[in-house]
Amino acid sequence: MESRRGHELHLAGITQRFGDYVAVRDIDLKIGAGELVALLGPSGCGKSTLLRIISGFMPQTEGKVFFDGEAVDHLPPNKRGVGIVFQNYALFPHMTIRQNIAYGLEVQRVPAARLKTRVDEMLDLVHMGEFAERYPRQLSGGQQQRIALARCLAVDPKILLLDEPFGALDKNLRLDMQIEVKRLQREYGITTVLVTHDQEEALSMADRVAVMSRGRIEQIASPTDIYDRPETLFVNQFVGSTNVLPGIAGEMAGAGQQVTLACGERIALAEGSRLATGAQVQVSIRPEHLTLQTAPLDNAITGVIKAVMPLGPQVLYDIAVGDGTDIKVSVPRKRGDEFLLSGTRIFAAPVPPAGYRAFPV
Amino acid sequence: MSTASTTRLTLPLTALFAVCFVAPLCVLVALSLAAGPDGGVATIGHYAAFVGDRFNASILFDTLWLGVKATLVCLLFGFPVAWICARAHVRWQSVLIFLVVLPILTSVVVRTFSWIVILGRHGLLNQIVLGLGLADEPLRLLYSEAGVIIVLAQVQMPLMVLPILTVLSRIDSNLFDASQALGAGQWRTLWRVAVPLSMPGIIAGCILTYAASITAFVTQTLIGGARLIYMPLFIYQQAVGANNWPFAAAISVIFMVAVLVVVAVLNGFGRRFEKHV
Repeated sequence: MESRRGHELHLAGITQRFGDYVAVRDIDLKIGAGELVALLGPSGCGKSTLLRIISGFMPQTEGKVFFDGEAVDHLPPNKRGVGIVFQNYALFPHMTIRQNIAYGLEVQRVPAARLKTRVDEMLDLVHMGEFAERYPRQLSGGQQQRIALARCLAVDPKILLLDEPFGALDKNLRLDMQIEVKRLQREYGITTVLVTHDQEEALSMADRVAVMSRGRIEQIASPTDIYDRPETLFVNQFVGSTNVLPGIAGEMAGAGQQVTLACGERIALAEGSRLATGAQVQVSIRPEHLTLQTAPLDNAITGVIKAVMPLGPQVLYDIAVGDGTDIKVSVPRKRGDEFLLSGTRIFAAPVPPAGYRAFPV
Repeated sequence: MSTASTTRLTLPLTALFAVCFVAPLCVLVALSLAAGPDGGVATIGHYAAFVGDRFNASILFDTLWLGVKATLVCLLFGFPVAWICARAHVRWQSVLIFLVVLPILTSVVVRTFSWIVILGRHGLLNQIVLGLGLADEPLRLLYSEAGVIIVLAQVQMPLMVLPILTVLSRIDSNLFDASQALGAGQWRTLWRVAVPLSMPGIIAGCILTYAASITAFVTQTLIGGARLIYMPLFIYQQAVGANNWPFAAAISVIFMVAVLVVVAVLNGFGRRFEKHV
């Protein structure tokens, strides 16, 4: 095997317009050698457009794409050295698994003997050796995906693009395949861009996650930072679930700023918030970052339990707070725990180090 | 729906087939076995007469061969047209399909006479060829086999393009992208991915064009002229000209069997590809 040192990918000022519609707006993104970056966002956020620009299928309106510091914009898709795994795998249905994997090598005119060794090597890599002579339609979704990956990696691409690769798999298999793909990606040290609308997929697989909305990158950070320290309300709401409470920013008090919520409660934000006093804000707190008790708590929101939903590993409480809005609190469940009952008056407060976060409206 | 009611639904079509196709076919076969114009004892004499004469056999062969050539020309031009249609923007697609179907919307006689104007000794095509200095004297296109093939290919084009287009537009476009991402250029992608996957359409198109080309009485006769004799004209001459209906019926049956054999072979070929698509 040749050296597996990854390649750097740099998108500089990429903009894509379709008539008046701007699909991608001034994207700057540097992806290090061997790094796995997930582009996460709802459909229409521009993540797929970006993928087509990187692969060369769509010439961008503005900006440049660099591989290892070299502009590749003049190169057509078949000369870029980009491997793509499609959502539906796009295996050639009229070719056997062996022929599918050999396809890219034949293009490079690899001599027959080396081609065979290489194909066997790839089949072993994805543990699919016994399926070599089958046709794609005879394989399950997960198996087809392994072959799609093997076909891609066989030609040693500089950049690997995964386009919603796990979308068509059922939940259990998806987790297995995510682990498998992550292993292969690490083993190869290949620079990878994963496009997905599934936050769990992005958080579990990526070194960094770029959350996209309406053609822009809202935030790019490690999965932990994206989840625990979202910079915008969009990121906060799109990744995981959260309670949003309107309020008005108040004075600084100690470490955190005070906010008066619309429901009448006065709470202190997590450290680091700097919002103009008197500004309208949205306060956000995740259901699993709150704890519940019947005795008074510091920095708490008070309310009455409206519904109790045992969801297996955790219990979800729906709580009515002052002004008629609801918040949700998720409490991990231990054996033998008693549920709090509907109608109970309770106090809900963040469990440190989590805290209330506020975003300007 | 139960099997019984499904069967009942097919009854009108079955009746239509029985009255308009099976019954005339039986009459045709019966006629071909009649001894003389007025009937008489059953005989295979007409079949023997056809097979025994080298001239007759050469007409059958020329007709079948003409079909092969017209079909190949049609495929050569039809596939790229279907490919362009399938990959065109939706707005252009309907315009292109309309242009492809246009020949069907005009009368076959009008269409054929327009071709006579184009192909004739002083026709449009020859004026262009002479004007550009590509030849010293007018090409012989009218009343030649080349002319017949050109016209048949144009006239039958929709029969080739539409089945291929249907199959092509059903192929997942990711397959073409996948091929390119693996390093293949346009030609390799076309040859290794698009052509094999559109094989069922190509074969359906070939069967339709072939069957239509060899039986195209008007085109063959008007463009080919009296010296080029193909089976439809030959049958017509025997029936109406020589008033030898039993012989005409016999060569019709022979012609039909020959065509069915070719179609069956193509069909069998097509089935091999269908399982993948």
